[in-house]
Amino acid sequence: MLNQFLKSSFFSITTVLAFTALIWYAAAVYLNSAVLIDKYERHKVEWDFSKLVDDAWSMDRPIMPAPHQIFFDLKKSIFGYKINSKRSLVYHGWVTISSTMVGFAMGGVLGILLAVGIVHVPTLNKSVLPWIIASQTIPILAIAPMIIVVLGAIGVTGLLPKAIISAYLCFFPIAIGMVKGLRSPEPMHLDLMKTYNATKSQVFRKLRWPASTPFLFASFKVSIAISLVGAIVGELPAGARAGLGARLLTGSYYGQTVQIWSALFVASFVAGSLVLLMTVLERKVQKRMGVQA
Amino acid sequence: MLFALLPLLGSAIVLFRKGATEQMLGKIVITILILCGSMASLNSVHSAESGTLSWGIWLYVLTLTGLLWAVMGFWSKVDTRLNIKIGIAINLLVPFLFGGMLLYFWEMITVGFGVPQVLLPPPSMIGVAFGNSLETLWADFQQTFMKAVLAGFFMGCGSGFVVAVLVDKVPFLQRGLLPLGNLASALPIVGVAPIMVMWFGFDWQSKAAVVIMMTFFPMLVNTLTGLKATERMELDLMHSYAANYWQMLFKVRLPNALPFIFNALKINSTLALIGAIVAEFFGTPIVGMGFRISTEIGRMNVDVVWASIAVAALSGSLFYALLALLERQFTGWHPSFRVG
Repeated sequence: MLNQFLKSSFFSITTVLAFTALIWYAAAVYLNSAVLIDKYERHKVEWDFSKLVDDAWSMDRPIMPAPHQIFFDLKKSIFGYKINSKRSLVYHGWVTISSTMVGFAMGGVLGILLAVGIVHVPTLNKSVLPWIIASQTIPILAIAPMIIVVLGAIGVTGLLPKAIISAYLCFFPIAIGMVKGLRSPEPMHLDLMKTYNATKSQVFRKLRWPASTPFLFASFKVSIAISLVGAIVGELPAGARAGLGARLLTGSYYGQTVQIWSALFVASFVAGSLVLLMTVLERKVQKRMGVQA
Repeated sequence: MLFALLPLLGSAIVLFRKGATEQMLGKIVITILILCGSMASLNSVHSAESGTLSWGIWLYVLTLTGLLWAVMGFWSKVDTRLNIKIGIAINLLVPFLFGGMLLYFWEMITVGFGVPQVLLPPPSMIGVAFGNSLETLWADFQQTFMKAVLAGFFMGCGSGFVVAVLVDKVPFLQRGLLPLGNLASALPIVGVAPIMVMWFGFDWQSKAAVVIMMTFFPMLVNTLTGLKATERMELDLMHSYAANYWQMLFKVRLPNALPFIFNALKINSTLALIGAIVAEFFGTPIVGMGFRISTEIGRMNVDVVWASIAVAALSGSLFYALLALLERQFTGWHPSFRVG
């Protein structure tokens, strides 16, 4: 019984996490100590190690905040304000999530359409596919400020420019995954459809599309996480006033480290839940399609 | 004017001598004739006063597009497996034609409709800006790519690899770290950029730190998966040879993990560039691609911005291509490279 528990992944993960927290607390003391000792000496304050530790874990603008500081800041900024307040992280999180989802939807549609085109039109296969791969070596995030400025100049502001950046980032895994998925039916199955005298659209609807769902969801999981990154980075450059990216930027301008860290934690939480959402959706669809879990 | 009529000749050949598109020479001649037409239309767009273009030229452009599409169509129908050299040439030619077509549209539309340069400068202008600011661009490239990206990339991938090999030895860490590593590679790690800038200062070290953090987890997860890719049978065989752990690692398991490792390297090559450029938005000395982009936008020198982006895209593509070549070199034995 005990042996089994020791070998469970739950135990391993919690141990690793606890260990991380331990290192984190130690690192907070170590990294903050230089500033604190300097301060003590300037103000000629008596200090010993326990005072140093206490102060290091409760600094106002620490170089490295302790986990509980982040926890309290999270609690304050999530539950402490009304959700439409500018200080509430729920508000900022929602701004980011909404452009993530719009971008994901746009990128998803674009990716699937491209994949369908590439699989069915040989010219597209030869001419576009290499450019799709090349498009990802362009650091789109470098173009993010450009896109926001350009779209802002023709009157498109707010959610859409960020969503376009997300869409650009996440169409790629979907397009590549779907090309693979739509080509995944075996020649035998395609031949069978041919003997049924099936049209191209019938082959697509009844064979290719169902066969590609595992690939579709695998790419969905990757691209929704990237879509979030796109939305956050889209909020960085053009002086966006809301969103997790804007929180990061203001935090770094005013040296509010705790604010940066709590924005990061919320972003990670959102990323985790979005991927989880996709996994749940995948299970549901697979169950409908009769795949044994 | 004479050049503008050449595509007509090309389409006449297609109409009256259908066999021409079947032969290599015919294909080349038709392609060149149609390209001449696009040159001619570019020329007339540039020489005309803006706003004086008649709708005829757009009709011409539209027809030319159809012809170009047909050209790409007959090129991509060639069976590239017959002759390897010609196959490679055609596999390069078709994407180049497509890319050229996009650039052509970009140039025609921005010049022809007089799109304000602040919105979208035509490619020719970006090319001129590129030529004029070669020195600055080179300095930016050195700062961002040679220092931040390469240093971060090697340290991040190297440490990810070493940690993966170590973790692989300890089953406890495998169970504990792998799920967390998977989670961490889905996290928006770019967000640590402001923190890293605070810790390591404005110079390239902070950018390299961001790159290390971004590249570490994909490498860790992929190497771990790769080390598991070896089949039981192969390990048993090594066991029967009385191979020790290190022999097994170097002779069987690492070579088997190579495709996964190269996959991580390719993913990381783009991540590294992104990380370095984004980190520069949070503070940088007065050189670097991210810095150039954000300041030149402020000064409305959009052509320089686009030239910077071109440099980033070019270096990203070359980096990726280099890794792909190395992959071919080292994992050519893998089934995924078998043709046909």
